[in-house]
Amino acid sequence: MLEKIWDQHEVIPESADTPAVLYIDLHLIHEVTSPQAFAVLAERGLGVRRPELTLATMDHSTPTRSEQIFGGAPIAIESAAKQIRQLEKNCARFGVELLGLKSEQRGIVHVIGPELGATQPGKTIVCGDSHTSTHGALGALAFGIGTTEVGHVLATQSLLQRKPRGLAIDVDHALQAGVTAKDLILAIISRIGVSGGTGHVIEYRGAGIRALDMEERMTVCNMSIEAGARAGMIAPDETTYAWLAGRPRVAHGDAWDEALERWRQLPTDAAARFDRRVEIDAAAVEPMITYGTNPGMVMAINAAIPERPDDAAFEQALAYMGFEAGATLKDKPVNVVFLGSCTNGRLSDLRAAAAVLRGEKIASGVTMLVVPGSQTVKRAAEAEGLHRIFMDAGAEWRESGCSMCLGMNGDLVGSGEYSLSTSNRNFEGRQGVGARTLLASPLTAAASAVRGRVTDPREFLNH
Amino acid sequence: MEPIRALRSRTVVLPAANIDTDQIIPARFLTTTTRDGLGKHLFADWRYDAHGAPQSEFVLNRPAAHGCQILVAGRNFGCGSSREHAPWALLDYGFRAVISTQIADIFRSNSLKNGFLPVVVDAPTSDWLMGHPGADVSIDLPSATLTLPSGAQVAFPLETFARYCLVNGIDELGFLLERQGQIEAFERRRPAA
Repeated sequence: MLEKIWDQHEVIPESADTPAVLYIDLHLIHEVTSPQAFAVLAERGLGVRRPELTLATMDHSTPTRSEQIFGGAPIAIESAAKQIRQLEKNCARFGVELLGLKSEQRGIVHVIGPELGATQPGKTIVCGDSHTSTHGALGALAFGIGTTEVGHVLATQSLLQRKPRGLAIDVDHALQAGVTAKDLILAIISRIGVSGGTGHVIEYRGAGIRALDMEERMTVCNMSIEAGARAGMIAPDETTYAWLAGRPRVAHGDAWDEALERWRQLPTDAAARFDRRVEIDAAAVEPMITYGTNPGMVMAINAAIPERPDDAAFEQALAYMGFEAGATLKDKPVNVVFLGSCTNGRLSDLRAAAAVLRGEKIASGVTMLVVPGSQTVKRAAEAEGLHRIFMDAGAEWRESGCSMCLGMNGDLVGSGEYSLSTSNRNFEGRQGVGARTLLASPLTAAASAVRGRVTDPREFLNH
Repeated sequence: MEPIRALRSRTVVLPAANIDTDQIIPARFLTTTTRDGLGKHLFADWRYDAHGAPQSEFVLNRPAAHGCQILVAGRNFGCGSSREHAPWALLDYGFRAVISTQIADIFRSNSLKNGFLPVVVDAPTSDWLMGHPGADVSIDLPSATLTLPSGAQVAFPLETFARYCLVNGIDELGFLLERQGQIEAFERRRPAA
């Protein structure tokens, strides 16, 4: 599939001397990694080559408090407000569509792309954000780029790229009850390591992947970059087409049938060769939780932290986290629970957490933030009454955005505090200076919020 | 971009593996609309304590690190986010290259586009450099070799086109703009999606 999409987008094939010129079908932009790229265009007197293939929104440094979005209070971080205004100016000047601050379609860039149907099988999709890998769940070749490359795509709709290698991850069997796609991808990262996918595009295959719904597939592809792979992809199938049908930016009528015809040609041929192959048994995956400062420092929720006495960086990571080798995390108190992000901020994630929280209260002393991945997700959740369940339990219900996944929009975890988070990175300081992040699934987050301690969500299975 | 042919400097060693871009420059410093002045935030949470005072034991705060342009770091340097602010911060601080056994894909790509050199070496070379902080080493780009103080030369992988751009100061955007005719032809011949 990688080869097919690649070949269809080669403006100029690669040679020994030069990389391929690869055509880009969809360029997503946001407020943090685009201003310097627009500045280059302005300096050089260039325009945006294909504004209609470019879509902007604001999510990273954008606040999640309603009054800062819809009026009543200024955006608390002045530099963030400036960034947001700059994106508004740049989009107006260069004719790029912006789903701006008050747009009903605004949201995390990797949530809204698929949600609007802008993300489609067979497309090449880039964004100045590493979690662009998310879009590969629909059978697109999607990867994160830097700001210089954002400028290249704005000006030429193309990128200079060497073809990456292919890594097949074959997932057999279905997940057990209480185990989610988040646990599956954490288990995969545990197996191949945080740099195991470097230089590769991962294709996730097998019955275990086919059994996942679309949003679960997005969670898996989202964290490909946490294994070092710029892109993760899943061949489109009937699940993909059913999910895409009728979305605002997909074709209708005969054009939809033609698109389906094209998309059905994409899946990898049985004879396709991968540079590497890894097998995972989904049925053996348990709820996972991280104990360290990268997503590869992860274990089953009832396991003990491994001992690596000769590894200074490992010891340093445990010291940062305030943990000791050999200890378990079960029943460890948590201060903050964060439900959201491009990994786990979709409607199905909110539903899963709400099923655990229904009729419950979060433990005293725990702060829980529920941040829908987009305004569309927010409205859909409210239509089902999920927001009531969260608020009745004592959680805060916010406007959409990246929020606590990264500390740059005002949503922060305090120094030394433990945050059980459904986001994607447990790096030192990611959620705030000195913050200690435990990555886990929405089910584990909700169960742990109720108990105020790290809790195996299977204890709530018959809830 | 200025052409770069060679670089010679003493090294600073950060031995940890998986140094991510959130460590190189924390997200709270990314609410900027320019690429300038990020060096003061480089490794901010390692360089400064909670009150903004320098952490004297951190390697970059020691006198020996002053003026060093080459960083030696553990495996998988630059993993994590796609923020180009990471190489911008390294360059603004005064670094010109990083040597590691593995460098993350997006960080490597961003680095090359800014003239910051990602140098991948084998484990024995890395081990030697880790054990000899302050070693005076040189990097030659046309031959893609690293020369150790002993005179031993170690070849490192450097994609042909990236090397050509670095050595000649070629700007990739200019290269792409020169191919607009082919891009237009591609747009005309492909079926409308």
